[in-house]
Amino acid sequence: MSRRHLGIFTAAVLAAASLTACGGSGDDSAASPKTLTYWASNQGASLEADKTILQPELDKFEKQTGIKVTVEVVPWSDLLNRLLAAAASGKGPDVVNIGNTWSASLQATGALVEFDDAALQAVGGKDRIVPAALAAAGAPGKPPAAVPLYSMAYSLYYNKKSFADAGITAPPTTWEQLAEYGKKLSTGGKWGLAIEGANPSENAHHAFTFSQQYGGEWFDSAGKPTFDTPQNVSAIKRYIDFMAADKITNPSNAEYAQNQSVSDFANGKAAMLLWQSAGSNLKTQNMPADAYGVAPVPFLASPPAGGKKVNSMVAGINMAVFKHTKNKDGALSFVKFMTSDEEQTILNKTYGSLPAVKTAASDPAFSATEQKTIQETLVTTAAPLPQVPDESTFETLVGTAMKELFADAASGKPVTEASVKAKLTDAQQKMR
Amino acid sequence: MATSTTAPDADRREPRAGSPTRGPARRPRGPRRSLLPYLLLAPAIVLELAIHVIPMVVGVWMSLLELTQFHIRDWSTAPFIGLENYRATLDLNSAAGKELLHSFWITLAYSLLSVGFAWLLGISAAVVLQRPFRGRAILRALFLTPYALPVYAAVITWSFLLQRDTGLVNHVLVDQLGLMNERPFWLIGDNSFWSLLVVSVWRNWPFAFLCLMAGLQNVPGELYEAAAIDGAGFWRRLRSVTLPMLRPVNLVLLLVLFLWTFNDFNTPFVLFGGSAPEQADLISIHIYRSSFKTWDFGSGSAMSVALLLFLLVVSAAYLLITNRRRDDHA
Repeated sequence: MSRRHLGIFTAAVLAAASLTACGGSGDDSAASPKTLTYWASNQGASLEADKTILQPELDKFEKQTGIKVTVEVVPWSDLLNRLLAAAASGKGPDVVNIGNTWSASLQATGALVEFDDAALQAVGGKDRIVPAALAAAGAPGKPPAAVPLYSMAYSLYYNKKSFADAGITAPPTTWEQLAEYGKKLSTGGKWGLAIEGANPSENAHHAFTFSQQYGGEWFDSAGKPTFDTPQNVSAIKRYIDFMAADKITNPSNAEYAQNQSVSDFANGKAAMLLWQSAGSNLKTQNMPADAYGVAPVPFLASPPAGGKKVNSMVAGINMAVFKHTKNKDGALSFVKFMTSDEEQTILNKTYGSLPAVKTAASDPAFSATEQKTIQETLVTTAAPLPQVPDESTFETLVGTAMKELFADAASGKPVTEASVKAKLTDAQQKMR
Repeated sequence: MATSTTAPDADRREPRAGSPTRGPARRPRGPRRSLLPYLLLAPAIVLELAIHVIPMVVGVWMSLLELTQFHIRDWSTAPFIGLENYRATLDLNSAAGKELLHSFWITLAYSLLSVGFAWLLGISAAVVLQRPFRGRAILRALFLTPYALPVYAAVITWSFLLQRDTGLVNHVLVDQLGLMNERPFWLIGDNSFWSLLVVSVWRNWPFAFLCLMAGLQNVPGELYEAAAIDGAGFWRRLRSVTLPMLRPVNLVLLLVLFLWTFNDFNTPFVLFGGSAPEQADLISIHIYRSSFKTWDFGSGSAMSVALLLFLLVVSAAYLLITNRRRDDHA
């Protein structure tokens, strides 16, 4: 190779090289025993609102223990990536909030402190925690990888005035009714149902519920994916058909990924919404609590053989501690503080979620209609998403497939059993 | 390496030995002197290693491992699977392989069109602004604005403009001008590719403009005068004077723009929010999804390495061809 060729080769390598380089996150875990870094998930109307809500509580903790907690509220779109980067690099926060459906996936990285009996005792004891919430905190048969913090479930929110105007007297209890009412409500630039169609996680949560009602499962008992079974195809098609066939959802919803569906409901552009603890969010968008009703998520009118009476996942936020923390005792005492009766009452009241500990549930703040509906769903008809290591991959792949199906429906392409099955088969092939 | 570093040294010494009058007395040739060039080069070499070479080697190593969430915390536990990741991702009969190929063609079309339009706009504006006139400085500054804006802020603004129900684009096209009856989608479906292209050209053309404008400063005015005396019109002057004189600039500009566009991550990521529609599934986003969203860093790295090799071949071929042409012209 002549020198000129060598030069050309080097130039080409350098020009192309930037591709394989990959960045990392560089936050440092708190080195001093008197400080902690905490990543909170976005539970309120905005990141700033969350900071304002959390800061007084963190100040209280500092007064009690002398440990200063630095909080960063991480948006949902970034949280899983950030957690993964922290797990991979061994650097990052000491304490984090995680979506409870990710518990088993994050547990598999081995980066989280396991809450065996001793650790659970250190944060207040296992018996205080709501069992359903604890079941969604790690893989079955292993000590939980996190401690439940906020409990939630899906409910059907409906606009009372729109219902009254359309002559509908009660919220739908079946999907067939929901579609029928939706058609009555979809007039004059308004729509029956708002859907967060471009948000993979939101889609995947509905995929789970619908699949349960059709008798499907996303993973078999060995943890292998079973995405493209006939039950799952029917389930996904039923959900997409609200836009594609029933036309009770504005095609624009295929673009929604930043909670625009909640705004549409709050502004009266859509009359129904399936959401977890939407109350506090609706309040910040100036929708008074008496303007909407809250009902359990509908079921199929005539469920097929094997169909389960499940109308929500056990939703919630868990709190986890990274093994790389240099202040494990401080981190555990912070978890204990956040799951104490007092903090559970204050925070869940603010966020409209339910306490994850039994002892705080009796507070009158949790007997409003919304909270009662969530409570009832959690106790009777909610089921945890499969606690398998591949769960987060399922959310991404199936949720994205549904996003693409919504895009098809929005642009007028037909959504058929075959097209749904093809998407699900593709998604399944990407698992390994 | 050894021969190429000693040779220039020897070249430098000889003329000095023959011309003792030039400069101060010869410095003693000790180890300090021979170390100096290396010391001066060291920061660049260290940075180059840290920023380019080491991550690249690590990326290649990752592509040979089954690096999933089970092993991400301690790579030493990740099983070595050789070329399995390549087999899985480049198998064009599998869903993953087909999607990668689809993404590759999309990216290629996107890069070629984006570079082409950016260059056309850049050369047009540079030629128009070549001669001084009132307001030229303002126009120059205005043209450079997209390049000066932070990419996230600019692309987020585009994503607001392109929303179907609330975006300004549909408001103008449908509500005000009445050009369409239905509100089209710009961020999903077939239009998403063209939206991405428009945003990319909007972001990149000022760079082409800047480089070409600088290049035009170096074209001697006499050449144009001579051409004018010979009776050459505007197009003839453009073809026979401007473009040949800009050749060295274009050579680098086109390659750099192509590589930037081909690797562009920020624009689609911000415009579509992490998961781009199939029609605008650029390869960088595709790789990001395969690695981060499905926690399979091994196959993500395999795709990156395959892409690296492709760009390497393209860049080398481009430089070879353009160099040969230059030699032919010389």
